[in-house]
Amino acid sequence: MSIPETFKNVEESSPMSRRDFLGLVAAWMAASSLGCALIGLMKFSMPALLPDIPKTFKIGRLEDYPIGSEKIFEERKVIVFRDQEGLYAMSLICTHLGCTVSKQVGQFDCPCHGSKFDAMGRVKAGPAPKPLSWLKISQLPDGKLDVNAMREVPMGTKFNIQNRVG
Amino acid sequence: MSLKDFFQKLAGLPKSFREFLLRHGRPTTDRARSQTVMSNIFLHIHSNRIHRYTLKKTFTFGLGVVAAASFFILIVTGLILMIYYKPSVDLAYGSIKDINFIVSGGRFVRNVHRWATNIMIVSVLLHMARVFYTAAYKRARSFNWVLGMVLFILTLGLSFTGYLLPWDQLGYWAITIASNIAASPRELTDAVGITQFFDPGGMMKTLILGSQEIGQDALTRFFLLHTIALPLAMGLVLSAHIWRIRKDGGLARPDEIKAKDMEGIAEDDKTKCIFNNAPQKTYGLMCLVQGKSPAVGRGPENTIPSWPSLFIAEIALLVLTLGIVCVLAYFFNAPLKEIADATVPENPAKAPWYFLGLQELVSYSAFMGGVGIPTIALLGLLLIPFIDREEQSLGRWFDNRNGRIAARNSLLYASSVTIGLLIFTVKFGWLRNWYPDISQLIIILVNPGTVLVAFFVTWSIGCLRKYNSTRLSAIALFTCFIVSFIILTYFATYHRGPNWDFYWLKSQWPIH
Repeated sequence: MSIPETFKNVEESSPMSRRDFLGLVAAWMAASSLGCALIGLMKFSMPALLPDIPKTFKIGRLEDYPIGSEKIFEERKVIVFRDQEGLYAMSLICTHLGCTVSKQVGQFDCPCHGSKFDAMGRVKAGPAPKPLSWLKISQLPDGKLDVNAMREVPMGTKFNIQNRVG
Repeated sequence: MSLKDFFQKLAGLPKSFREFLLRHGRPTTDRARSQTVMSNIFLHIHSNRIHRYTLKKTFTFGLGVVAAASFFILIVTGLILMIYYKPSVDLAYGSIKDINFIVSGGRFVRNVHRWATNIMIVSVLLHMARVFYTAAYKRARSFNWVLGMVLFILTLGLSFTGYLLPWDQLGYWAITIASNIAASPRELTDAVGITQFFDPGGMMKTLILGSQEIGQDALTRFFLLHTIALPLAMGLVLSAHIWRIRKDGGLARPDEIKAKDMEGIAEDDKTKCIFNNAPQKTYGLMCLVQGKSPAVGRGPENTIPSWPSLFIAEIALLVLTLGIVCVLAYFFNAPLKEIADATVPENPAKAPWYFLGLQELVSYSAFMGGVGIPTIALLGLLLIPFIDREEQSLGRWFDNRNGRIAARNSLLYASSVTIGLLIFTVKFGWLRNWYPDISQLIIILVNPGTVLVAFFVTWSIGCLRKYNSTRLSAIALFTCFIVSFIILTYFATYHRGPNWDFYWLKSQWPIH
């Protein structure tokens, strides 16, 4: 049975019938809007606000730290040192996989995978890819100091009140 | 309706109820049984008749059924545990203690849950090895192999998410390490210097924990994944996995099976000598049956009804699994350490045993050990059926003599290379110990983990050239990976102590 003349013409002149075209458009629109909705849902599971404790915390005054002293803030996983040149803070979070390093004489040891850091936080051994982070210390208007665990400073940066005044 | 009629119906209730349940009469004949199997949604996941070779014990060792049975046990015990478990940071540890020390039978149920996990992981690994070594991923079964890989990942995901729920030190620090492994692409982006702009590692970690640290959000997410999302996915994919066996024509089996191979397996007397006068030619059933045309004149095929032989075997394996799990649960308690404390890390902080092989690799390079090499291994496993497309006989362990030799040589090669490299690393350290200022990028590329992979790939390519067979080279590579996985797991479990230092015995650990 041959195809009737009218249908033949439509098939030859346009590559796709209007009905098929509209159907395809509808299907693709549905699929793409579903895709966009899925991307939105993935965004849903990314926390908009981090529920952690604030990363900035007060550490007292410069006078609280006699030269040669050190203080560990266990909850914050931060150690603060004072030497002649000033005050400096280092993170105690191992740069390998986030375990807390322990302070030994002149070095830091990580219990999880055996990374070892020297007194400045440089990697001496083990799998840690980076030195321990040095953290920013700043002074508040009332004279107290705070440490911002989110702000890294270059190794060797020490806080000194004289420097700041001068 | 008269009163008498009513009483008659009432008296007949048990009978009508029985008929309503068993819609095909008592399943005492093969016909009634096969009708039951076909019309029951749970039973029809099996085919009606199976080949006798399927029941050969030394062919499958029942490993797949054991894995499915332990999943079933885990679902049941998990539901029971959820009666008392409270997924909150403040209450979780207490509720596990209640389950352990106060709820009657609580400790036993928790132990069963723990042991069934271990049995499931072991049987899933062995099942994968069985399917690989008997070449059962070939031809039409490649799709089911991929489903199996999905199930493998789901199994690991389920056990991993369950680890945090007790909120004790063990789980807390294992998840600390694991979530930082998820963040370890940072090691690479840091080394290249693009973390500021593109930080997939940090994104992954935040997505898993719902935060930067392990807290209530992490617990909520892990609870959701462990009790709803992953079991649901597992149930769906597992059903498809089992159903595919039927659709792919039953378990893989050799083209030529000798009677000797099937000694001791039930036979179906009724199918003997049916085709005495069958035409001596073959009919192709194109589009209907995959594989070669069935030989009609050859007489009865070696099949038996699934009911009872297969079902008995399955129930026996379920009972065996349950028995083993119960005995283990009776004698060995699931561990429960002190309540999670973010300020005091466990020393050593070890992941569950099946991740310890990876943890050993992670102790060389976080990115390579935790993300790079596992991804390479999983991709390799996933691609096996698409790369190795050699036509060959299925369903025999190691195929033939060459396969056995290749597997044996690979076993010797991989164990000596792995042990040698471990000795070297323990004795002499690695690049960072010799050149403290070396670039991290070099360590990511050259560390004991990647060196092992390089050794194995070289070996496998050598096998490919020697035998000119992708199947044999796949056997070599698979054997190498499995062997080194086992050795690394053993090594990290027994010879790694505090600070991840090497110790011969646990009794030599320093007291701290």
